[in-house]
Amino acid sequence: MSETAPVFSIPVLTIDRATYDAIVAHARRDHPDEACGVVTGPEGSDRAVRFIPMLNAARSPTFYEFDSADLLALYKQMAADDEEPIVIYHSHTATEAYPSRTDISYASEPNAHYVLVSTREPDSAEFRSFRIVDGVVTEEPVSVIET
Amino acid sequence: MAIEVKIPTILRTYTSGAKAVDGKGDTLSALIDDLDGNFPGLKGRLITDDGGLHRFVNVYVNDEDVRFTGALDTALKDGDAVTILPAVAGG
Repeated sequence: MSETAPVFSIPVLTIDRATYDAIVAHARRDHPDEACGVVTGPEGSDRAVRFIPMLNAARSPTFYEFDSADLLALYKQMAADDEEPIVIYHSHTATEAYPSRTDISYASEPNAHYVLVSTREPDSAEFRSFRIVDGVVTEEPVSVIET
Repeated sequence: MAIEVKIPTILRTYTSGAKAVDGKGDTLSALIDDLDGNFPGLKGRLITDDGGLHRFVNVYVNDEDVRFTGALDTALKDGDAVTILPAVAGG
């Protein structure tokens, strides 16, 4: 770290192009139902490395939920690999890419970037990222690394 | 012997950062009461005012979701492994 490095880092989601495109593709594929998944990475690294699309057990255009058994398997795998969820994503299929009240009430990974993708427009996807901590939503910039 | 309970990140503020703690009890309900004695406040994050399991958490006993095994009445014995995870859901 250089001597000029800032003391406080500005929150930002840094994500590579392939992962960004995979999240959007998943959202499109499951439209009009909501799509959901995670991108995991080494604990404490804030690096979104491993794209893992999940099944929306609710199969609903207005709700999503990771299947209970899939959720346990995911967390076991992350624990075995010293990983954590870096990105938790889901789509909104008829509304803007902003956390709903339900999203906020369920959000329980204070270190994760909550990504919302809206597929309401057929030709363009809205892709936004948020921190959700103790019920407070803070939008952050998304920096896409071209690969 | 005891029952090992895995604690998710969001609840580690109650366990001084510990990822897993030991507890005891013949049922999940008794285990949660025991945990709350050592880690005050934990119970309130798992159980609603109405006395049911909170929908924001999933609890597993030996990899079985307790929603399918009797919820808070799920029987426990020494050596069982309990995992608490935040439900990943929204609208």
